[in-house]
Amino acid sequence: MTSPAPLDPFVALSGGLLIGTAAALLLLFSGRIAGISGMVARATGIADTGISRQQAIAFVLGLPIGALVTGLWVRTADVAVTSSVPLLIGAGLLVGYGTRMGNGCTSGHGVCGVSRLSPRSLAATASFMLTAFLVVAVARFMFMGA
Amino acid sequence: MRQILTALVIGILFGAGLTVSDMINPARVLAFLDIFGNWDPALAFVMGGAIIPSAIAYLVSNRMQKPLLDSRFFIPENRIIDRQLLYGAALFGAGWGLVGYCPGPAIAGLAFGDWQPIVFVIAMLAGMWLHRLSTDLIKTRKSVA
Repeated sequence: MTSPAPLDPFVALSGGLLIGTAAALLLLFSGRIAGISGMVARATGIADTGISRQQAIAFVLGLPIGALVTGLWVRTADVAVTSSVPLLIGAGLLVGYGTRMGNGCTSGHGVCGVSRLSPRSLAATASFMLTAFLVVAVARFMFMGA
Repeated sequence: MRQILTALVIGILFGAGLTVSDMINPARVLAFLDIFGNWDPALAFVMGGAIIPSAIAYLVSNRMQKPLLDSRFFIPENRIIDRQLLYGAALFGAGWGLVGYCPGPAIAGLAFGDWQPIVFVIAMLAGMWLHRLSTDLIKTRKSVA
């Protein structure tokens, strides 16, 4: 696995502040938790309760727009992702099913839930973090023998 | 209408944050998750940075009667940690660790014309739909019995 060049911690922190500000604004303006898996389910009609469908669609559309604008003006995104189709499909299925079953992902549980010290979100975050560490460790020892 | 525009602007901000912090790059995410490799702490700084404004907003919201554009706050009050929560999160974590994509970065990553996030997002939607289908099936079975 080739790691990307180290990212300046202040850049990482400021990106995080932007994400947190977005979550803060959604709470203060619309009273909602900025959970992306929930927004996607709502926008596509897979979930029928929660934020209004138009708001969910607008939010979800905003994500690639924000990425595009930042990519053009601030810095080009250097995306490195596996090209194995079965792996992408397997991971996508797990992420989709798991986030619905566990009611959230990195944003809803990891950012919003942790910042209000929700016991459910703290437990969910511990669960997905530990599994992710484990899966990456297993992949490392299985495929790289190191 | 104001709420829809607000949601769009907030989505744009969120997508910008994911891009500035390079979280839309699965290799960056995997480098954080790979504790036995050349460990990259970036994701921890991003999480830390995101939690600060979000926590402040939560404290502020406690002192507000209602949000600025809606009639009430919609904050989950469920405090029960059940198997469904833990297993669901574990399944999500497994998928996240396999490729380095969680929902936000995958959707934001659609912007750059790569085919990988398209495949991932389609599979993710299928996974969400499968969950919906399985819960609907259980519900109908229960109502029949």
